[in-house]
Amino acid sequence: MNDGRQISGQFASVDEREAKRNGASPGRPIPAKNAEARPPHPELGPKVFQSIFGEAPEEIPETPACFVDLNLDQIIAAVTAGREEYELRPFFHASLHGVDAIHYRHEVFRDLESEALFEFVTEFTRKMRQMREQITKSGKLYYKYQKERLFLDAVSTYCEAVAGLARDLGTADLRSRGFVAFREFLAGYIGSAPFASLRNEAKGLYYGLSTVKYCMNIKGTRIRVRKPESEIDYSAEVERTFEKFKRGAVKSYLVEFRDTLDMNHIEAAVLGMVAKLYPDVFLALSDFCARNAIYLDPKISAFDREVQFYIGYLQYIERFKHAGLSFCYPRVSASDKAIGSVDGFDLALAGKLIAENTSIVCNDFHLQNPERIFVVTGPNQGGKTTFARTFGQLHFLASVGCPVPGREASLFLFDKLFTHFEKEEDIHTQHGKLEEDLIRIHDSLGQATPNSIVIMNEIFTSTTLHDALFLGKKVVASIAALDALCVCVTFVDELASLNEKTVSLVSTVGTTNSAERTYKIVRKPADGRAYAMAIARRHRLAYDDLKERLRT
Amino acid sequence: MKPLLMHRDHDFDLQDALPWNEQDLTQDLELGTLFEAMAHGDAFLKDMARRGILASATDPSSIVYRQDVLKDCLDKPAVVHAIYEIAVDAIEGERKNHWGLVMGYPDSVLRRSVDVMGLFIVSLKKLRAFGESHAGNFSSEGFRTFFAMLASELGDDYFAEVQEHLKELKFWNGVLVSAELGAGNKGVNYVLRKPLDIDRGWIRRIFARKVPAYSYQLASRDENGARALSELRDRGLNLAANALAQSNDHILSFFRQLRAELAFYLGCLNLNKRLSELGEPICFPEPVDSTEHRQTFVGLYDICLALTKGQRVVGNDLDANGKEMVVITGANQGGKSTFLRGIGLAQLMMQCGMFAPAQSLRASVCDGVITHYRREEDATMKSGKLDEELARMSDIVDHTTSGSMVLFNESFAATNEREGSQIATQIVNALTEQGIKVFFVTHLYEFAHDLHNTERPDVKFLRAERQADGTRTFRLNEGEPLQTSYGEDLYHRIFETPSTGHELHQ
Repeated sequence: MNDGRQISGQFASVDEREAKRNGASPGRPIPAKNAEARPPHPELGPKVFQSIFGEAPEEIPETPACFVDLNLDQIIAAVTAGREEYELRPFFHASLHGVDAIHYRHEVFRDLESEALFEFVTEFTRKMRQMREQITKSGKLYYKYQKERLFLDAVSTYCEAVAGLARDLGTADLRSRGFVAFREFLAGYIGSAPFASLRNEAKGLYYGLSTVKYCMNIKGTRIRVRKPESEIDYSAEVERTFEKFKRGAVKSYLVEFRDTLDMNHIEAAVLGMVAKLYPDVFLALSDFCARNAIYLDPKISAFDREVQFYIGYLQYIERFKHAGLSFCYPRVSASDKAIGSVDGFDLALAGKLIAENTSIVCNDFHLQNPERIFVVTGPNQGGKTTFARTFGQLHFLASVGCPVPGREASLFLFDKLFTHFEKEEDIHTQHGKLEEDLIRIHDSLGQATPNSIVIMNEIFTSTTLHDALFLGKKVVASIAALDALCVCVTFVDELASLNEKTVSLVSTVGTTNSAERTYKIVRKPADGRAYAMAIARRHRLAYDDLKERLRT
Repeated sequence: MKPLLMHRDHDFDLQDALPWNEQDLTQDLELGTLFEAMAHGDAFLKDMARRGILASATDPSSIVYRQDVLKDCLDKPAVVHAIYEIAVDAIEGERKNHWGLVMGYPDSVLRRSVDVMGLFIVSLKKLRAFGESHAGNFSSEGFRTFFAMLASELGDDYFAEVQEHLKELKFWNGVLVSAELGAGNKGVNYVLRKPLDIDRGWIRRIFARKVPAYSYQLASRDENGARALSELRDRGLNLAANALAQSNDHILSFFRQLRAELAFYLGCLNLNKRLSELGEPICFPEPVDSTEHRQTFVGLYDICLALTKGQRVVGNDLDANGKEMVVITGANQGGKSTFLRGIGLAQLMMQCGMFAPAQSLRASVCDGVITHYRREEDATMKSGKLDEELARMSDIVDHTTSGSMVLFNESFAATNEREGSQIATQIVNALTEQGIKVFFVTHLYEFAHDLHNTERPDVKFLRAERQADGTRTFRLNEGEPLQTSYGEDLYHRIFETPSTGHELHQ
């Protein structure tokens, strides 16, 4: 409960149990591995529920190299914040490579956009979390009857979580293959005899425990325990005697006792005697615990974890929607490179700006054949890097099946995504900065395929303009030859009109006050305009400003 | 249980906020002098005098209720003092039984509470005994109800019942606690139980074997166990300890209430003693419902002036029945302010159920006495003087109700006469039309004169008397406003040279 590690241990132990149980359990579905052989057509999709991801999802523990450059690390950290116990990052690290897998997730997301379903699922996961806490506590407690009571709590919480979700899903309007299959699975599960008896037994035990009442006589150092007879409440009688003096509110003299869940040995001794007074109740409890050590269904516990991917992301983007920003389900293609986006934005930056109550500028982009490469030039702090990141974020988020920023988007399902952002000079490498840049780009281009995306931001800055032009031309030309998609942010205007694959984008300034950034990136030829005057105006040193200031 | 000596049906409120204008009232009417005389050196008496006087009763029957109690007190001061002492002793006894460190443990709370309850029972018995021997001599509704309440609530069988509890709560047979199972199978809902009678003595031995029971004996050096055991016991005692401790607080609060209410009357006794030493008369005024505009008095004097001077002072008569407003003009140093203050004081004293400083007084009750006096220049220099006066006026308007009485003393004079008069006219017209009773001491001739010319039947004009030779009688007679307030007399008295006046005329 106190750290993620413990909870993950919880999951691990569940997995172990699952492993032990594997094969022994009747009606167990086909192992997940087989799913890969299935054709990616929806109508032939899995009938038997496997996972809310469709098939067992790939998990990549290592953070992809592009994450830091694109600020995806910040985004995913924000998405998974408060859900550390579920270890969701490996899901966000694994790009999908089939369009159908993405559609499968889109469907689940769309279903979960219904407030009712979202509420149902979060309620379920909340109870599952409570169950894990109860199991952890049961493990930590010392006395048998306490451990057993907490175990009973956990089983009961589990039963209510599952039964509640099954009931709720029954009323929900579900469209996704994922939820429809899960609903079917759940209905079967709760209708099964083992589950019904588990749940009924738990209820019966609670009832039994609620009938336990006892009386203690504490005299000196001895406690005598027996069942109560008809002894009256003496505190009430005392109160009644002095009722007539009651005059308005007085302070309370009730002492607050520290109530911890665990017991001291005196309480345990009393409980032991109580168990002897009510042997049937306590024997039934012990028997129940022994028989039901493995009560958790592996698919349900996997659902509990995996659905966090969806609800975490939806919860994360809610604040952006609230600020008036749009999200959309992108059209995704692994072949069509005519991509585009309307009103896209940098999620990481938008998160900060919303917190500061600053407005966010959205940008559009599109490529039509044979265009492949955006060359972005223009004034500094004009939103060029943000544009490059937006482009990268949109593609990456689309590749894990998430809705992306923007009103609409068509995005390319890449095989690899390379980023080259200016790096700090590293004392540990033996190379100079320019050399370092070149080595990295060389490596990337060696691995890149026509289906890759390359994002370069202000490379070759540590050399002369002449050299930068030369090197830039070489790199852009080889990307063009590869036919890969690329964003290249540069101060070298000439790159913008290198060949028919390049598209020139320019960050623009305000029409009346050129010191004002609009953060709009538009298609137009690189113009190499100077902005010194704009800076002067910002300081009110322009001619008319000066006249005005000097007159008064 | 409530003493009900101040109100027929509820406690005299010791926490209630005092009127919003408490400070102004105290300052303008010199109430401090009155409180001191009632306190006679006792700070508690002073506080209760203050609360009593400032928290006016507003219906005649409540006022008469207190007047009757006060008459009983004047009649039997020794008995009243004795009852007061019983209350004080009980309060002191409780205070001396220190809480110390016992607060955190129900067992200690309970033991302390049993002790204190024993003490209170003694005081309550004394109180009842007092009632039994003296009730016959009291005639007021307040005291008769009080003694009857003691007799009916605190009978012998009740005291026996309490004694039984105090014995039981020592738990010679151990503490019997019932419980159920809660979260984690821990015990919850600990309830202290009264052992059945069959649990005791020889019968217990006969039936005991039929009930299965188990017992646990604490090991001799098990200190943690001993702590845990006493916590378990404490959980059982918690509610009972609280109930008894709270009952003690209620009884304590009863004695405090009794003390507070009697303190007010003891203050009246002190004041009466002082006035009779000075030879000043008192009377029980006749309060009249606020809907009638009644105000007649004979020989009404400024009690604070008498107390300050330590001698009899001049009283005044008035018949202002049916009058909405009384405008007082006339000679400087002619007794106008004294008259105004006397009216305010008498009204307050009447409305708290006291006797009044007059030979007779019959007046309508009012919702509240409000004063608007000229003030010293504001030391903080935040606002000009007229501004400050008008701000106070605006404050008054926020708080006035149609049954209020407002006393103006030389208000709105911080500007020229014309403007001051205009303001004053508009304000008093608005107030009186709203049914607010106004007394206005003023030198604003135009204001007073114009008002006189309207011949309103509900306005009375009084003038401070000046004899032809310039001496003041401090008596006020009916009379229209004059253009002079005889300031010249003052001038002469101060400069003392007759020829100077002559030179001045030239």
